[in-house]
Amino acid sequence: MSHKERNVDLAKWSGPKRPYDLVKEFVIALLVVSVLVAGLATLFGSPDQKAVTLQDWAKKAPSDFIATTTGELAGTTISAAYGAPYNDASEGLSLGPLKLQKWAGVTIPVDPKYDFVIEPLAYSKDSAVPIALDQWNGASANQQLTWATDYASAIEKAGDSSKVTSSNAFGPVPAMSAGLLALAQDGNLDGLLTTSDTPYPSDFTKPILFLADGGYLDELGAAQHLHGDQWGMMNETGSYPGQSWLWLFSLWYNVEPFKSSENADAQIFFVLFLLNLGFIFMPKLPFINRLPRLIPIHRLIWRRYYRENNL
Amino acid sequence: MATMWTTRLRKSTVEKFEPQDILPDEQPSYVASWIYVFGVLTLASLTVIIITGLWLTTKGVTWWHTSSVGHFVNSLHLWSVELFFVFMVVHLWGKFWMAAWRGRRFATWVTGVIAFVTSIATGFTGYLIQTNFDSQWIGSQAKDGLNAVGIGSFFNTLNTGQATLLHVALLPLVVGAITIWHVILVRRNGVVPPLDANEIAGGAK
Ligand code: HEM
Repeated sequence: MSHKERNVDLAKWSGPKRPYDLVKEFVIALLVVSVLVAGLATLFGSPDQKAVTLQDWAKKAPSDFIATTTGELAGTTISAAYGAPYNDASEGLSLGPLKLQKWAGVTIPVDPKYDFVIEPLAYSKDSAVPIALDQWNGASANQQLTWATDYASAIEKAGDSSKVTSSNAFGPVPAMSAGLLALAQDGNLDGLLTTSDTPYPSDFTKPILFLADGGYLDELGAAQHLHGDQWGMMNETGSYPGQSWLWLFSLWYNVEPFKSSENADAQIFFVLFLLNLGFIFMPKLPFINRLPRLIPIHRLIWRRYYRENNL
Repeated sequence: MATMWTTRLRKSTVEKFEPQDILPDEQPSYVASWIYVFGVLTLASLTVIIITGLWLTTKGVTWWHTSSVGHFVNSLHLWSVELFFVFMVVHLWGKFWMAAWRGRRFATWVTGVIAFVTSIATGFTGYLIQTNFDSQWIGSQAKDGLNAVGIGSFFNTLNTGQATLLHVALLPLVVGAITIWHVILVRRNGVVPPLDANEIAGGAK
């Protein structure tokens, strides 16, 4: 078979034709799809698990909340150490020499220590908080770091923030995190984190970044089999098909070398980029573009034509 | 005047089509297979997606959390999307095994791939604006992938306002336009003949 385009493929078909009512076909398809959709929607509905609030988190997992707050002060949480687009705390991921994350720049500035903890604390009604803030602001960066790291390890050792014996070694950090916990439990922190830029918010970057720094959101996700390594990135809550078309994306998080790679997010994007290029150029790829001939499914599709024409 | 822009535009568009090509009432005899139905089913699902999506749009992003009608419309929207993708995937595999890119139909294939990829992006932004736990989860997971390659600096999965506008304005426009282009290309080129179609048995002039 030559690779040249054949005339018969290029020219307007002059062979036998049959009546074909496109408009009727579309209208029937629309009716069939509408009935199917209505049936599926009635039978299965759609999932709607309420969004988690910082208040839920602070009430249900106070120790995790305290530990995360301390982590923000120590600069050890995911968002505190993130890099672009939120801050300069790290270089971010790279693809070999391509530091795309860094180059794209800090366009959504978030300074977790200030934005999540210190600024909201100004609204605290706890009388210990202003004193603690004064002590914090008056201390050197080194001193602040030592307080926060020591308190963080004490919580980790005790297993729960409520079991940590109070000590001057933690400076104002326990009072600050307790103050933030109270703000969150009262439901005030949710509003403070969304309205710090505008009283008319539509951007939830700050509360969700803070929430995702803790372990609580992660647990809720794991309980709903939503983790990347549980094939869950494409899932939604409950037993719904979710974004099943992302399987090719999810797949890579479950196989080596990506599974254990620090740069998996960047590498997998690159792999998908290549695969999509391949998808576009499938008709031009040697071998791939011969598959339809090698595996003759077309004989089945056009069996009537081949039969009628003895081909 | 052949050099006028208007003339040129007319020549390269309107004059390329006979009314019979745009809405033909007959097809080559080989257009007889269930596989041809899947393109139309994809188009029909897209129509249902747009209608149910517009219904949700007139009521706002959080309507469906508090109204049972809203929740049902959301379910209609969700299931039309699921069917849309199923039909599209069957359609695209069908076109692959038919090698339907033959005879200068590569552009039809490419517009199809772009429709597929932009549909995925549209679906994704839809999940982000559900304003429920799924949105929080998907947004906080997906941001790392997008940030890792720099896209996150321009598209913030946690900015619900941004995702909403992308989902109901920009992306549907792109999907709609590319779909229209895709279908016009099919009408313009005619349906691809079977592999090894015999010119004597009924082929080109
Ligand atoms: C928004 C999604 C899509 C819609 C609404 C759509 C719709 C259609 C329709 C109505 C037709 C004509 C009827 C038929 O042959 O089935 C068609 C043909 C075609 N589609 Fe799609 N399509 C979509 C996505 C795709 C994708 C993802 C691909 C492949 C990557 C693709 C490749 C093709 C090709 C090559 C043809 C020409 C077939 C021929 O000449 O026989 N389409 N499409």
